Amino acid sequence: MSEEKKKIMFTVRKPPHGTIYVYEGLEVKLIMAAYDADISVVFMDDGVYALKAGQDTKALGIKGFEATYGVLVDYEIQKVFVDRTSMEERGLTEEDLLVIGEDEDTEEPIRPKVVDSAELGAMMAEQHNILSF
Amino acid sequence: MLHTVNKSPFQNSALDSCLRFANAGDSILLLEDGVYGAASGTAKSPLVEGALAKKIKVYALGADLSARALKETIKGVEITDYAGFVDLVVANKIHSWL
Repeated sequence: MSEEKKKIMFTVRKPPHGTIYVYEGLEVKLIMAAYDADISVVFMDDGVYALKAGQDTKALGIKGFEATYGVLVDYEIQKVFVDRTSMEERGLTEEDLLVIGEDEDTEEPIRPKVVDSAELGAMMAEQHNILSF
Repeated sequence: MLHTVNKSPFQNSALDSCLRFANAGDSILLLEDGVYGAASGTAKSPLVEGALAKKIKVYALGADLSARALKETIKGVEITDYAGFVDLVVANKIHSWL
């Protein structure tokens, strides 16, 4: 067998449409997902706004990414986490977050998992690489 | 793990967030505008003071402190140079809080 699978974490800390970071970051995640790596994505600080359901970018003349986020699970990206503190500071709840896929068997929607900072900190310590967007 | 912070704590929440996720035993290097976080006697000094109390090692890049005339730094913050920066990068996994 080859060496241990690489654990790669992406952090998203910027709000969605003011800069290109969230868009480009999503591209990188989808590319990395094609490789045999253990990928996780953490939304924190203003990055949690990228997960707010119902973003309508038509009038901005850009495609948006809600459709792509909606099928992250199909791209084998299942470890999607939201920092609870960042979410609550912004007046958001789990119900405000967009869906990232559906369960193969039950067809139940899958949402990002809301996690405490301490647990996320422990996850960060286990990573081979952390990439910030 | 080595966390790098290059933004002023008065500008955005990078340092604040970094400290929320950093674990005891981690190191933080303040560089570029991040060194404002190492200054003593500011409204943001308690951030780094709290990190030191949590057994997190805090470094500040001397060249960036000098360039900003920051002479009074928080007690316990270690001032490092570019060679020390390289040593930290070689010895740790990196998490850049851009």
